[in-house]
Amino acid sequence: MSDEKKVAIRRLSTAKDMGKFMADYYYELDDAAKDDKQKIAWCTSVGPAEILRGMGFLTYFPETHSAMLGTTRMATDLIPKANAIGYSPDICSYLTADIGAFLEGVTPLSKVFKGIESPPKPDVLVFNTNQCRDVQDWFSWYGEKFNVPVVGVHSYVGVKEVTPSHITSIARQMENIVEPLEKVAGRKLDMDEFKHAVTLSRECSDLWEKCLAAASATPSPLTFFDGTTLMGPAVVGRGTQKAIDAYKLLLAELEERVDQGLGALEEERHRIYWDGMPVWGRLGMHSKLFGALKANVIASTYCSSWIFSALDAEDPFNSMARAYTELFIVRSDDYKEQYIKDKLDYFNVDGIIYHDAKTCPNNSNCRYGMPQRLAEETGIPSLTINGDLNDLRLLSDEQTKTNVEAFIEQLEEN
Amino acid sequence: MTNPNPIYVGVDVGASRTKVALLNPECKLLGHCVKKSGTDFTATADFCLESSLKMADASVRDMVKVVSTGYGRKNVSYSEESKTEIGCHAKGCYYYYPRAITIIDIGGQDNKVIKLDATGRRISFKMNRKCSAGTGAFLEEMSPRLDIPLEEMDGLARRSTEMVKLGSFCTVFSATEVLENIRKGKKIPDIIKGLFHSVIKRVIEMDAFTENVVLTGGVVAHNPYLVTMMEEFIGKKILVPEHPQLTGAIGAALYAMA
Repeated sequence: MSDEKKVAIRRLSTAKDMGKFMADYYYELDDAAKDDKQKIAWCTSVGPAEILRGMGFLTYFPETHSAMLGTTRMATDLIPKANAIGYSPDICSYLTADIGAFLEGVTPLSKVFKGIESPPKPDVLVFNTNQCRDVQDWFSWYGEKFNVPVVGVHSYVGVKEVTPSHITSIARQMENIVEPLEKVAGRKLDMDEFKHAVTLSRECSDLWEKCLAAASATPSPLTFFDGTTLMGPAVVGRGTQKAIDAYKLLLAELEERVDQGLGALEEERHRIYWDGMPVWGRLGMHSKLFGALKANVIASTYCSSWIFSALDAEDPFNSMARAYTELFIVRSDDYKEQYIKDKLDYFNVDGIIYHDAKTCPNNSNCRYGMPQRLAEETGIPSLTINGDLNDLRLLSDEQTKTNVEAFIEQLEEN
Repeated sequence: MTNPNPIYVGVDVGASRTKVALLNPECKLLGHCVKKSGTDFTATADFCLESSLKMADASVRDMVKVVSTGYGRKNVSYSEESKTEIGCHAKGCYYYYPRAITIIDIGGQDNKVIKLDATGRRISFKMNRKCSAGTGAFLEEMSPRLDIPLEEMDGLARRSTEMVKLGSFCTVFSATEVLENIRKGKKIPDIIKGLFHSVIKRVIEMDAFTENVVLTGGVVAHNPYLVTMMEEFIGKKILVPEHPQLTGAIGAALYAMA
C-alpha cells in the first residue's frame, strides 16, 4: 500500500510568497511591540478585524500561533502546563497549548522567524464566540495576565436561517465594542478606514474563495493540506491590500495549473472531502499518506471558513454581522448537511473523511449521526478518524494509517 | 513447467498474533499456523510459514503468490503484496458466508466492524478508537490480575451463576472494579463472565448490525462461550467460521489467488 518514497506531490511556487507574507506580518507586529509605535489588538480568527483596522490597530491572532505550536509539534509538551493550572485536557487544545507556551516562555515564532522572541504584547483582546466559548476564556486569561481590556461579541449557535434579529443583535454588539476600543487606541474609529478594510476583506475573501474553487478541476491543482497553510493571509491579513496581492499570485498559479491540466498529485484517482480541523502536527504525514494512495483531499469545510461573501462596505456593521453569523460553524445541522452536500457535488467527491477532534467538538461534525445521514442521502462513503488538532497524545498514527488505507482500498474495489 | 501443487499464501501479522494460511486453488486450507507476534515480526512470519508448509507437506517452490496483511504486513520478507486487514477479513468472511453480512472481528489490540452487501462489496467499516477496551488485550490484562490463565477463562465463565457487571470504559478502571468485586467476595466465574460481557458491550456499541453477523478473531477462537453470550445479547444466531482466528490470513490468501 502506501510508500512514502513514491509520493509525488507538486508544490506551489507561490507558497513561498505566502511564507514571505507571514514573515512580514509577524516582523511588523514584532517591531510594533518593540518600539510601541502602534497599538496591538489580539483578535480571534473570525473576530471583527475590520473594526480594529479602522482604528489603526495591528492585529495578532492567537489561534494562528496555536496552529504553529501544532505544526512544530511543540503543543503536546505544553498542554500539560495549562492542565496543571486548571485547564482541562478535554478543552480546546489551541487554548491549552497557547497558555502552556506562555507559561513556559516559548514560541514557535522564534524558531521560524529569527529575532522574534515572543508574541507581541496586546493592548486589548477582542473575541467573537462564533468559533466557540473557549476563546472567551482564553482571552480573559491573557487579559488578566497583561492587565488589558477584553471585549467581545457573543454569537448565536445552531442558526438555521440568519434573520434580521440575529443581524441587529450582532451588529449592535460590534458597535458597542467601538467605544472601549477607541479608548485603547487613543483615537476615534475612522469610518473611511473601516469601510476600506471591509472592502479589502471582501476582496480577499472573494479571491480566497476562487482559489479554493480551483480544486473543482480534475485533477485538482490544490490539496487540503496546502490549503491549511495557504489560508494564512485570509486569517491574519484580511482587510489589507497585501493579502489581496498574495491571493492574486496564488490564483494565477492555480488557474495556470488548471489550464495545463496539472494536478497537485501526479496521479489523482480519488477525490476526498475533509470535514473538521486538520491534525496540525501531522500535516506532512497525512499529505504523504493520501498522496501515496493517489487520493487527493481536495476540499474542506475548514479552509472555507474564511469566506465572508456578505461583507459590504456600504453597510459595514450589518454586513459584518451577517458575514460572521453565516459561518458554517454556528449553523444548524440541517444547514451544515446541505452545505457539505453542495460541496460534495461541486467538487465531485468520491469519499469523505471526518476528523473527530477530541478537544474541538464545534469542529467535529460526525458526533450526531451526520456521516450516516449523508452517506444514505448521497451514497458517498465516509471514514471517521479520531484525533485532535494539537494534542498528539489523542491520536494513533497506526490506526489512522490503517483506516485511511482501508478506506481508499474500499473506494478502489467498489 | 507448471506447478503440480500450487499454493496461495496469506500472512496476517497482527499486533498480538501472527497467522499464516495456505490454500490450494480449490480454496482448501492445507496448512496454517498461529504464533505470538513478539518483537521480531519477520522471524515470526518466517516461522509460521515454515510450520504451515510442513503441515501442508509442501515446499516454498509450491508457493504461487503471497499476500500479507495486519499491523506488521510490511515486515513479511517473502510477501509480494500487502492488503489492509479490513479488506482481508472482508474477503475471508465473504468466502465462507457469501451474503450481506456484518463482520465483527475481536482481535488482540483492535476490533473491527465491517459491513458487506450481498455482492461482497464493502459498504463501511469501523475500528475501535485508540483505547484497547473490548479487545483481546483487555482479557490479557485481566488474566494475571485474577491469576487465571487465559485458556481457563472460557470454562470458568460457563460456570457463572450470577454475572458481575463491570461499568467502566477503561481497562485500568475495570481492573479496579474487578479487585473491588473480589474484596466483596464475588465468585471468580461470575467476574470472568462479567469481563466477557464487558468485551461484548464495547463491540456492540461500535456500530449498528445488519441481519447476518459473523464473529471472528482470536478472542472468539479461544472463548467460544463469548459467542453464546453475544447471541443472547443481540438476540440472533451468530455465524462463526471454522477457523475464526485465521479469517484475515485466509482473506489474504484469497487475494493472492485473485
